[in-house]
Amino acid sequence: MKNAVNREIPDELLQNGRKPFMGSGYYDGAEHQKVAPVVRAREKSFESKVLPSIREAIQQCGMKDGMTISFHHHFREGDYVINMVMEEVVALGIKDVTIAASSVGAAHDPVAEYIEQGIVVGLQTSGIRGKIGEAVSNGKLKTPAILRSHGGRVRAIEQGEVHIDIAFIGAPTSDCYGNARGVGGKSDCGVLSYAMVDAQHADKVVVITDTLVDFPNFPPSIQAVNVDYVVVVDAIGDPKKIATKAARMSQDPRDLMMAEYCAKVIAATPYFKDGFSFQTGAGGPSLAANRFLEPMLLEKNYKIKWIIGGITKPAVDLLNKGLVETIVDAQDFDIDSVRSVQDNPRHFEISTSQYASPGNKGAFVNKLDFVILAALEVDTDFNVNVITGSDGVLRGAPGGHPDTAAGAKCTIIVTPLVRGRMPTICERVVTVTTPGECVDVVVTDYGIAVNPRRPDLLAALTEAGLPLKTIEELKNEAYQIVGVPDQVEFYDRVVAIMEARDGSILDVVRQTKPMKL
Amino acid sequence: MTQIQRLKRLRRSMLFLSAQRPALIKDAYIFKPDSLLLDLEDAVAENQKDAARFSLYHALKTVDYRGVERVVRINGLDTPHWQEDIRVAVAGGADMIRISKCETADDVRTVVRHIEMAEEEFKSEPGYTLVMAALESPLGVLNAYEICIACPERMVGVAISGGDFRKSMQTKYYPGGLEMLGGRATMLLAARAAGVQCFDTVFTNLDDIEGFRAEVEQNKQMGFDGKSLISPRQIAIVHEVFAPTEKEIAEAEKIVRVWRENSAKGIGVFSVDGKMIDIAFIPGAERVIMMAKASGLYKGDL
Repeated sequence: MKNAVNREIPDELLQNGRKPFMGSGYYDGAEHQKVAPVVRAREKSFESKVLPSIREAIQQCGMKDGMTISFHHHFREGDYVINMVMEEVVALGIKDVTIAASSVGAAHDPVAEYIEQGIVVGLQTSGIRGKIGEAVSNGKLKTPAILRSHGGRVRAIEQGEVHIDIAFIGAPTSDCYGNARGVGGKSDCGVLSYAMVDAQHADKVVVITDTLVDFPNFPPSIQAVNVDYVVVVDAIGDPKKIATKAARMSQDPRDLMMAEYCAKVIAATPYFKDGFSFQTGAGGPSLAANRFLEPMLLEKNYKIKWIIGGITKPAVDLLNKGLVETIVDAQDFDIDSVRSVQDNPRHFEISTSQYASPGNKGAFVNKLDFVILAALEVDTDFNVNVITGSDGVLRGAPGGHPDTAAGAKCTIIVTPLVRGRMPTICERVVTVTTPGECVDVVVTDYGIAVNPRRPDLLAALTEAGLPLKTIEELKNEAYQIVGVPDQVEFYDRVVAIMEARDGSILDVVRQTKPMKL
Repeated sequence: MTQIQRLKRLRRSMLFLSAQRPALIKDAYIFKPDSLLLDLEDAVAENQKDAARFSLYHALKTVDYRGVERVVRINGLDTPHWQEDIRVAVAGGADMIRISKCETADDVRTVVRHIEMAEEEFKSEPGYTLVMAALESPLGVLNAYEICIACPERMVGVAISGGDFRKSMQTKYYPGGLEMLGGRATMLLAARAAGVQCFDTVFTNLDDIEGFRAEVEQNKQMGFDGKSLISPRQIAIVHEVFAPTEKEIAEAEKIVRVWRENSAKGIGVFSVDGKMIDIAFIPGAERVIMMAKASGLYKGDL
């Protein structure tokens, strides 16, 4: 049947309580029982939870065929943990494994091999790139991958839709009882927000660190009371790829122009007042918007109450200049943000549940005024795709995109009108990852489109004299420049399910047909 | 647009882009400069002139520049390139050719002769391709008036080129521009005497935003029509500085309106807000309205 974003969802997927997407906020106010994990109590005195190897930990946890194991992606493309664990899982001959990660990328290309071999049969993630994405798109994974937003992942774990048998949590530092932190080690990632829900809901929790510190490692991100075992390895990741140098602010005139439009959009809305809240993505124009925001704040003598999200240097700079009161942090993208969360008392670590879950009693995103986000594609219904490339292959991450878009009062998508020969503004996105009803403004280098659902914003932006166009005009302009693209060709087989935040099915991704040129 | 309108159109910002870089020239109109200067000269490596011409030709032929004027800067007359540059520019349908290192009225006439040949060769509208001259040497500046009047039906105006000019004058860039004062003033006098437009040189330090703004303000004060630019980031500042004030717009609107009413009644001299107004005020007032429209500051019906 067709769901609320007009996507055909195969009936065979709508079983075991799975529903088609009914619209954003459909389950607002609904009650549910949270699930709880199996806990092996430790009543007697003991010295340490440290085990000599990952293999030993896997065995002690009693890992068997068909189990689900989880990972976080705070180490980004520098992560060694997934590969180290999977190598041992495979060596132990364990089969039918499901990986439930907060994200996977090119650092985990070896996993694609395990998918091909049929050892990994399930994948649940908020981001998928590199060879894993290709393997899934080519139909190599036995069951459809499940793609969720960051908030949606927390909700799914808490509601028991995914049961984690063992969570493997890489940590820059840990003590012998498993109090783990994102700072103080050789490979600091700042925060461990994604792993918090895993630690609270997995039956077994293994902390893997390369820096064992004295007990107690406080204040901990992952609490020892939830941890079964600790393993010390030589390196949990490549520090250079975990906390990268701050991205240079884009000097590309096109990026800067779009960034300036974003800032002007913000200034034109009624939400731009002293004490607003704000989030940007880490892409070129989104990041550059910070630079145009600063003079606007100074001119009006405004301060930002809080900034949330993946944190980057521009946010830290605003905090240090006193233009932001508080940073709440669920991921760090560079060294500056890692150091800031460690040192600055107004920079706080939060869990992904606090950040974005639609299943708790009120996450931060619900109080966001503005979010600036990127897109691979936006269609004339304002639906956004951030997961499949123009060839239909999985190569992106919904991440916090659907969560912040749903929560923020003003959601701004910024993207160039065309990329190379591909129109970014199009008739119909390949995959819907964020429903159009959550998108308010689309900023491009060719003009700005306001969602007709927001006549108030349209009036405000018109009043401000911004270069407005309809989304259809933008699409037509894109097609006029690069031509109308052929539709990507897929087989019928569903290789991934794109879940809405509430767990209903927003869209499906099908197996790609080999390209003919 | 009539030829007169084309000659006199608004040219506050003329953005240089290397014709060697298709990614730049394919849609630079998004930055909304008044004119794009598609460069075949210094921005293009000596062994890439062919490739640049190729990109330029196809850009001119296929891209809709959405009303932004397309000017081609050709190589100097002392190079082996300029004749082919002119053929490409005319064949592509460029709006204007910018003559680099122009020193004499004969230089203008030589270029115009080749434009005429190219217009015939490619069956273009005779006289469509306008010209402007870049004065880069003291000799060029001293010959400015002759250059300005060398081809009235095609000549848009003159621009000074600071880099070479400063070198010839044994000086360099100084804030305040005293080193350029003679060159700028002489060229401006010549351009105004000939009734053509006049453009200032580029400002090369992109990070010195205050220095750039100061120079643009001085340009406006001296009476320049516009400025050559090296980055899209400079466009907004030029348009902002050149934009008329609300008061200027209101005054200009009143003058034009009252003038139209009175001239219909056969009255040549009248007063507006106590100031005596006659026909001499009208081009200035109309120019203010044109600027105000281009800056998005005037939404009236004039």
